[in-house]
Amino acid sequence: MADKALTQPTAGTAARNVDGYALFWGLPLALWQLVFFVAPLVFLVVMTFWTVKNFRLTPDFDTVNWVNMFSKGYVIDTYFRTLWYGALGAVVCSVLAFPASYALAFKASPVVQRIGLFMLITPFFTSYLVRIYSWQAVVSDNGVLNNLLGVFGLGPFNILGTLLGTMVGYITLTLPLVILLQFFSLSGVDRNYIEAAQNLGCGRLRTVFLVIIPLAKTGIILAGTFAFILCFGDLVSPTSLGSSKPPTLSILIVDTVKQGNNWPRAAVVALMMVLTLIVVAFTAIFFAYRVKKEKT
Amino acid sequence: MSADRLIAYALRGWFLVALFFIFVPIIINFIYSFSPSRFPTLPLGGFSTGWYELILNEAPVPRAFGNSLKAGVIVAVISTFIGFAAAYTDYRYRFLGKNFYLALALLPPTIPVLILGLVMLMFLSRVSLVGELYSVVLAHVVYCIPFAMALIRLRLAQMNPDLESAAWNLGANSWRAMREVIVPFTLPSIFAALALTMAVSFDEYLIAFFVGGLTETLPVRVLALLQGQVSPRINAIGSVVFTISMSLVILAQILLLTRRSGGRSIAAGGK
Repeated sequence: MADKALTQPTAGTAARNVDGYALFWGLPLALWQLVFFVAPLVFLVVMTFWTVKNFRLTPDFDTVNWVNMFSKGYVIDTYFRTLWYGALGAVVCSVLAFPASYALAFKASPVVQRIGLFMLITPFFTSYLVRIYSWQAVVSDNGVLNNLLGVFGLGPFNILGTLLGTMVGYITLTLPLVILLQFFSLSGVDRNYIEAAQNLGCGRLRTVFLVIIPLAKTGIILAGTFAFILCFGDLVSPTSLGSSKPPTLSILIVDTVKQGNNWPRAAVVALMMVLTLIVVAFTAIFFAYRVKKEKT
Repeated sequence: MSADRLIAYALRGWFLVALFFIFVPIIINFIYSFSPSRFPTLPLGGFSTGWYELILNEAPVPRAFGNSLKAGVIVAVISTFIGFAAAYTDYRYRFLGKNFYLALALLPPTIPVLILGLVMLMFLSRVSLVGELYSVVLAHVVYCIPFAMALIRLRLAQMNPDLESAAWNLGANSWRAMREVIVPFTLPSIFAALALTMAVSFDEYLIAFFVGGLTETLPVRVLALLQGQVSPRINAIGSVVFTISMSLVILAQILLLTRRSGGRSIAAGGK
């Protein structure tokens, strides 16, 4: 049906008119994004070859920034640490989210589902920065949580400035989105397959792992990928809840800019991050949409 | 049977725990914005609107608030228009390089805002477009277009494609069919996109921090305050930010929910 709409339109009207019409709707996006999105990204690549001479940014074609950044042990360490943090955030969040999205998809009435979605979408778009600030007050050494635990004679637990603190922030950022994406793919799973599996004597857990998860694979992988993307590039959680120690790549970028105004070196780190995200995204898409051939 | 019910309860309970985790910081923020004490104490020391009075009388905060509102409205209008145009182009035309076109339309939010802010500052400072409110607008539109485009494209996908061609067959030219068929059908999603993009712009702090320079928006003010010592002023500002952005996102969702029922009847009528 879509094809019909595509081929029919021009029949009656003057072709010239239609072209202007098509350009009017097609061009704004192309122009805006080429100028303010693609051009800056291209300039980022160019910037990595510029040099800083006497504290002044100089157009150049020098690989010194690349050599410099890659020869520093702490840059490489920070790179792998950030990969690890991102992966850990994505896995922890996916695992924590799964029972919740499962409950929403299979154990909730349509009305509850609608309310649940509403309660997830709203906070996702709501000031992450302020939420992290609130978490600081909750998890700090004499904050709300330790006060509460103190009543029961527990703690105090040191969360602020640890990996756990950073993870709390990452999960705050990603949990609503991951539950939403998992939910959409779980609710697309054909119930007949689940019933068939159970009728054939497949246990609950085995049904989940051998039937439901493989059928909802695409959404689960994409949800984890988005979680990775968000955690990998996040600046606020590792600084505010992780106290910047040890640093991640985002913190490294900010420090490189702040100390010595070295934009080209910051650009090298930024480009490394963009390239990493592209590789991860394409790998994930490959696995998410790969169809196993064994069954044909 | 009872084991099944137990598992169902456990799963639902877990969902509630997840929601609780998501909402705890928001609730805590509202509570402590009314606390008279400087530090988050438990139990609360009383009730006071002192922090709100303080931020109202602190010149940078109302100014930043005004900047955020202005930028938010302009960003919403521009990015919704471009998002609509792109969604319609994707809906109606097939052309060479369409995948690249769609990548332009959808990729920006997958790049960390820190990097977007950094590259835009590098680039815009070369062409002397940084440090003003319009710099924030230029950059935020890039980031907001995908949200508008996605909402409107989803709505177009629900439209019966014969509706537009029917209008053509009845003698309407492309512009008239757009005005009388496409726009009315997508209107709820257009309003939803306006609300959502304004919320996204209103909340975004890193891009605005980089390209805005001394022109601060409200979340950038929060970022500046975060660098200093603990101050419940942030809770007060945060409550304002939460209230505005949540209202906008809720408005967007209500618009999208009401349209769904209307949309089906039109689509069904078309068939």
